[in-house]
Amino acid sequence: MKTDELIEMLSTNVEPVDHRHIVRSIRLAIAVGVAATVGIVFFVLGPRAGLYSESAWLPALLKIAATLLILVPSSIYLVRSARPGGEHSTSTALIALPFAAIMVLTVLSLTFSPSSHWKGAILSDEWLECVISIPLIAIVPFVVITWVVRQMAPTDLARTGAFVGLVAGCVSSIGYAFHCAGDTVPFFALWYGGTIAVCTFAGWRLGPTLLRW
Amino acid sequence: MVSTEAELRGLMRAGLRGDAAAYRALLTRLSANLRAYYKRRLARVGRGATEAEDLTQEALMAIHARRHTYDPSAPLMPWVQAIARYKLIDHLRQTRASSLDVPIESADDLLAQDDHVGIESAYDLKRLLNTLPDKMRNAIQLVKLDGLSVAEAANRSGMTESDIKISVHRGFKALASSVARKRHVNENR
Repeated sequence: MKTDELIEMLSTNVEPVDHRHIVRSIRLAIAVGVAATVGIVFFVLGPRAGLYSESAWLPALLKIAATLLILVPSSIYLVRSARPGGEHSTSTALIALPFAAIMVLTVLSLTFSPSSHWKGAILSDEWLECVISIPLIAIVPFVVITWVVRQMAPTDLARTGAFVGLVAGCVSSIGYAFHCAGDTVPFFALWYGGTIAVCTFAGWRLGPTLLRW
Repeated sequence: MVSTEAELRGLMRAGLRGDAAAYRALLTRLSANLRAYYKRRLARVGRGATEAEDLTQEALMAIHARRHTYDPSAPLMPWVQAIARYKLIDHLRQTRASSLDVPIESADDLLAQDDHVGIESAYDLKRLLNTLPDKMRNAIQLVKLDGLSVAEAANRSGMTESDIKISVHRGFKALASSVARKRHVNENR
């Protein structure tokens, strides 16, 4: 085939293209992911005891707010890196910032509590359930978001995959916060932060295979 | 004729609005830049002009199938460059050459040279189209090769207009990714 023939074919009857489609569909995928994870948590795991009392919804809300601090910048970066060359306008340092902030808070809160309380703060009953549930639930938003990003054209697949994993991990954490009763800062930092990091790592490894175009 | 970023971006924006003439002009100019770019890069690893032509066509198909990922408020050439480079690295990796031979590039690299001497690529359009599902192949045949309007094609084929549009779009995406796989198979024979 001659290149001129190809060009002739490609440029016959070109349809107008909506460039805002990409942002909208990633947003929609994240929203679908949130709805799905909240649904799973409510109907499969069940909400935490007394969710509607202040002592329960307030810490749940704080955990969700802290997760949003990571979710919002990482979804902006996800949209950028889904475009060819867009990975150059994403910064790893900025993504690490909320993680660092939570670590600082953890160290502070441990410093100001007696060391006999440390074990209880970190290894409260739910840690194992948390470590298993968040990555497991994250599979749902991960699949939805991966499917959408495959329609785009990322040129750094590992990095884009990492953002998909990061966003999916955050989405899953938001849902899981309605179930989880581990409310201390160290618990959140270690088990939420840790599992979100695991999701990010998984995305980084899977990206080159799943997102290739 | 040396193209500039501003000119090409203008053509791309018009193309995205559905201006076929502008879009054709854009692809024609980009093909010359892509050809020069791939010849230059492949020469470093001892590959020939046919392979450069294959990659040029592959990049054009990718540009077309993924044009919705271009943000019209951003410069065009870094976007094209990223696609060209991605396809080059993908190609080198598949054919087991080292992708370390691909240097860091700026968007100017692509505009630096053009090459209008096109040759036949190794791809056979008919055979490629035959690998597509019927619906996609028919839609592309009617709209893109016979030049019918979407409405006429819908009438002729009994599909709805949006079905035609979606089939054409999906068909090009499938074509773009099947050429990469096909080449891989051919070279391993």
